[in-house]
Formats: sequence, C-alpha cells, structure tokens
Amino acid sequence: MQLDGLSGREPLLVDVEGSNRRDFVKVALMAGAAVGLPAALSAQIAEAAVKGVKPSVIWLHFQECTGCTESLLRTSHPDVAELILDLISLDYHETLFAAAGHQAEAALKKTMKDHEGKYVLVVEGAIPTKENGIYCQIGGRTAVDILNEVAGKAGAIIAIGSCASWGGIPSAEPNPTGATGAPMILKGKTVVTIPGCPANPYNLLGTVLQFATLGTLPALDEKGRPKFAYGRTIHEHCPRRAHFDAGRFVQKFGDEGHRQGWCLYKTGCKGPATHANCSVLPFAEVPDAWPIGIGHPCFGCTEQALAFRKPLHDTVDVERPTPPDTYAPLHAPMGKVAPIATGVAGLIGGALLGAGWAASKKLGTTEEASKEPRKEA
Amino acid sequence: MTLDRRSLLTGAAATAATAVAVATRGAEAAVPTAPPDAVGLLYDTTLCIGCKTCVVACREANGKKPDTSNSNGLWDAPLDLNGQTKNIIKLYKDPDSPQRSYFKAQCMHCVDPACVGACMIGALQKREKGIVTYKQEYCSGCRYCQVACPFEIPKFEWSAKAPLMVKCELCNHRLAEGKLPGCVEVCPRKAVIYGTREALLADAKKRIADHPDRYRGYKDGDAPRVFGETDGGGTQCLVLSHVPYEKLGLPALEETSQANATRSIQHGIYQGFIAPIALYAVLGAVVFRNKKKQDEDGGAA
Repeated sequence: MQLDGLSGREPLLVDVEGSNRRDFVKVALMAGAAVGLPAALSAQIAEAAVKGVKPSVIWLHFQECTGCTESLLRTSHPDVAELILDLISLDYHETLFAAAGHQAEAALKKTMKDHEGKYVLVVEGAIPTKENGIYCQIGGRTAVDILNEVAGKAGAIIAIGSCASWGGIPSAEPNPTGATGAPMILKGKTVVTIPGCPANPYNLLGTVLQFATLGTLPALDEKGRPKFAYGRTIHEHCPRRAHFDAGRFVQKFGDEGHRQGWCLYKTGCKGPATHANCSVLPFAEVPDAWPIGIGHPCFGCTEQALAFRKPLHDTVDVERPTPPDTYAPLHAPMGKVAPIATGVAGLIGGALLGAGWAASKKLGTTEEASKEPRKEA
Repeated sequence: MTLDRRSLLTGAAATAATAVAVATRGAEAAVPTAPPDAVGLLYDTTLCIGCKTCVVACREANGKKPDTSNSNGLWDAPLDLNGQTKNIIKLYKDPDSPQRSYFKAQCMHCVDPACVGACMIGALQKREKGIVTYKQEYCSGCRYCQVACPFEIPKFEWSAKAPLMVKCELCNHRLAEGKLPGCVEVCPRKAVIYGTREALLADAKKRIADHPDRYRGYKDGDAPRVFGETDGGGTQCLVLSHVPYEKLGLPALEETSQANATRSIQHGIYQGFIAPIALYAVLGAVVFRNKKKQDEDGGAA
C-alpha cells in the first residue's frame, strides 16, 4: 500500500486501477460509505449498479465556473470513467459531451423522452431572472425556460454547487443579472441542494445512487440539503476543534499559533456557522484539501448568509456553543465594594437622615406657631 | 407620644412569654423524613472526568440557551449556576498540591428544604417522589428561597422581563415520560446516576466499604462518609468525593435542617394565633388610653 507523499498517511481508499467486477462492487460500496450511507444501503447500491440499473442523469449548466464539474472529474475513487460509464449514465452534460449543436440538443430530447419521470436532473449554476432571463441562453432559449422544461419531467432534481442552490457568486451584490438558485425558480418542487464552492462530488454521488437504487431521496433539512452531509457545522467536526476549546487561536497569519495549526476562528473562520461535511470527507480523497486543512479560515461557501456577503476575515457567531476547556470556580467571583464607596454611601445616608430630622423639627415648630395665633383669637 | 412605660413593658413581656412558650412546643413537631419513594442522584467525583456533557444535556432537556456572556459569544461558559444554568461542573484546585476535583453543582433536593420553608406561597414544594419542584404561577418573585438555600442553588432570571426562579427539578418532565434526567442519560462514566434515595445511599455506602481509601469525609482526616445522608437533615442528591467536602464548597450543616429551626420559631409564634392577638390587644389598649387622654386634654383647653 503506497503512502501519500505529502502527509505520510495511507491513502484513504485503495487503488482500483484496472477494476474487475469485485473491484467495481468495492467502488460502489465505497461511494456509498464515503457519503455516510449505512452499510446495508451501500451494499444495495452496489448490487443495483452491478445489475446495470444506472440512473440516467441530465446535467444542465447555467451561470457558473464549471468548478463543480471540475471537482467531479477529480474524484479518483471512483474516477470519472467509472462514474460515467459504470455508476451513472450521464446522458447529457454540456462540458463532457462529444456531440455539439443540434446533435447535443437531440440527445437531451431523447433522454427526456426515454426516461420521462425517472431521470435525475442535476443543475449547475445560477439562473438569471432580470430582463426575462436573457443573460444566459442556450440555442436561443433562456435558462429559466430550459430549467422549467427539463425539471418538469425529472424524477429527481438536484442543484449542485452554491450557484444552483441559492445564487452563489453570480448573485453577489449588486447582482446585475438577477441571478438566483434553482429552488427559487422551481417553487413547489423538491429540489435537493448540494451547496459548496465547489460542492463535494461525493455528496452528489450518494444522493444520485440512493435515488437510483431505492427511488428515495435522503432526508433533507429546511434548505433542501441532505442531512447526511449538511446536518452539522464544520466547527463540530473540525480537526482544529481542540484548539478552539482550549482557547488557542491564530491571531494573525504566519504567527506561532498559525504554524502550530491552532484554531482559525479569530482570522475569520466561518466554520461555526457553516453546515457542510468538508472536515470529514476530503475533496478528491486528498487529505487536508480544503481551506482549514491548508491553514485558511473556512469561507462559509455553502451558506447563503455568509459566502460572498460576509467579509472574508470577519468573525461569525458560534451557532451551537458548547463548554470550553476551562471550568467555573467553586465560588463565583463577586464584585468588591471599595472603602471609599462605602464612606460616600454612608455620608449620603447620614446627610439624608440629618435633613429628615431637621425637617421634622421644623415641621413641629411651624405646627406650634400656627396653633398660637388661633389661641390668641 | 404618650405611650406609657409601664403598659409597653407589660405588653412586650406578655408577647415574648407567649412566643417562647409556643416556640418550645413547636420544636417538638416531627422532623420530616424522606418520602418512601424519594428519588435522587448520586454524584461521585472519583468517576467524573469533567467533560461537561451533562451541562449541555441539561440545557437541551430544559430548553435553556447557552450562556456565552463571559466569552464574547464563543463558548457556553457560565461562572456559576444562573438564570439559564441549572447544572454546572466546577473545578477545585488545591493551592498547595496537584490535587484536583470536579464538582457538579445543582439542586440537592433536600429532605427538608430551606427554600420550601422560606417560600411563603408554596411555589416551591416537595411534590412527587420528593422532588423540590417550582410552580411559576404561584411565585411572587421575592427570592427568599435564593437567600434561604444553604447550597446557593435557586437563581433568579435577572435578564428576563417576567423573571422566574430557576433550579434543577430533577428533569421531572422527563421522568414522567419514563426517561432519565438529562445529565444522567449522557454521563459517559456513570459519575452521576439516578435512583431511589434508599438504593443510592446503599450504593454509596458500598462504594465506601469497598474502597475506604478512595473517599473522604467533610474535613481533612474525617472518616469517609456520604454527603447528604444527614447533612442539613439529609438530601436526596448524594455526593461521594476523593476531596474533603469542605474543599468542594459544600457547607457544614447540622443534622437537623435549617428549615426545621425556622419553622419551629415561625409556626410557634403564630400557633393558636395567641401571640398576634396578645400583641394587638396591647396596642389597642395603648391607642385607647392615648385617645382618652387627648380628649381630656382637649376638653381642658
């Protein structure tokens, strides 16, 4: 077993070059296991994949950088060939297509017809809505039209990446094209969102394979994100969490704490408010291939409220604070009263008492004085 | 003021005599014992690793928000029990030795609680299973319970607009559903366990018998014993420790409860309503005399 040259660790998964059937089952199992699906489910996925029950996938590109596709191409277990040829049937993908023009459009039409109500639609990129959506057109049709048509006959709809999930970079202020995510266009439909910039391809793969095998979608949170991947924050599984709990923070980049791999919260890490599984599922199986792994604060790319909105080095509120590695003392510290303060309070109290006594005495004399003339009369 | 010296002294002496007489009688009333179904917790400092999972679980079980006011929003780090913290793990550090101990501070559910004795409306009462529970609809917010408690447990919600008292109620809402208290459910080392007081006490005594060297008494050099068996009339939550209880900040209490002492005086004074009637009779006599005297003076002028 070869070791990773950079970190000296064992690679996370075995090499499957020249895969045979056994290796292939293994790959399918790993793909399921990698995204945290239960072992029994992974086995079912593998069975289905072996039998050739491959989900038909239509992949639409709108306003984006193709980074999500790029990261999908860089998965090595399974690698892209296994992915496209064995695990899923990628029937329409504008980046990976050999065909072009009318030929490509014909393939889209054919897939939609052949697998009506069964194919998986993956949307990558934001959808512009300003000026009737003219900012993104393919073959003279706007992104909104294409999305509505293809989504209408899809068995499942998955928005991959932050752009498709909620707008991403194209929707950053001042958002000149009125870019928005697929769930905002496809109101009333269940859209699984897999935000991230880029999204971790395993999260997509796990969702697609579950749909293909069981015909169900994973449990989703209120933003349509699969809970198996987005149920927790980066902070909750961060490899640097021990430093946070002990109060060891990087104060500025390049300082001693930074070299020691301390917590990046004070340099603007969005981990405590960012829901994603980057900390437990490395991109393309390269250990530490994510922001915090290379010593940079989390950017919050999966969160609409953070990414491209909150400044990079501003700190965020901790979403679910838990106790630190410090303890309450047996007796809580109490404020002390200074002798001067006691003296001043005593003086004020004394003055009030004196004034009250003087006033009451005066009251007595006036009463007597007012009585006297009456007597004379 | 024309209060006659003689009448004042007579009245005062009569009142005092009545009070003392009935107070002595009141003290003879039975000292409360734990109900047969009394439940509680047993916390053993030798098992606690200070993970604070129980602090988090307590918040979740009771719907209390984390207290991040001491840490700029970073951590749930209260310095003591407070209006949003019913359970906290504290740390004892010996200044002269490397000795350390964690201590789980929470309501001890006394057999005869001082807070219940001080609560004039009955918001705090020992209810099912001897658990000292709080009924917010009765609470007037006087905070007498806070002052009365020898363990300084009940806390006031200073930051709330309609503040209530906050203290551990042994997760009685969870017990009703057949669940364990939040802290007990999550404790990874069973450092805190739930059961009937009887069973817990037997367990605690067995632990001391099995490992007499491991546990301590109230002060350095005391024979090992269970805190809460008799302290302050006994508590339903018991503590075992490898550090003398004194050092953990637990108060030195008599074997009879403070509540019993205050109750005997207070109930004594009002017994048969004799003392108040006597007092008011004296005051009435004084007022009557003065009025009569004033009328006579006025008539003369």
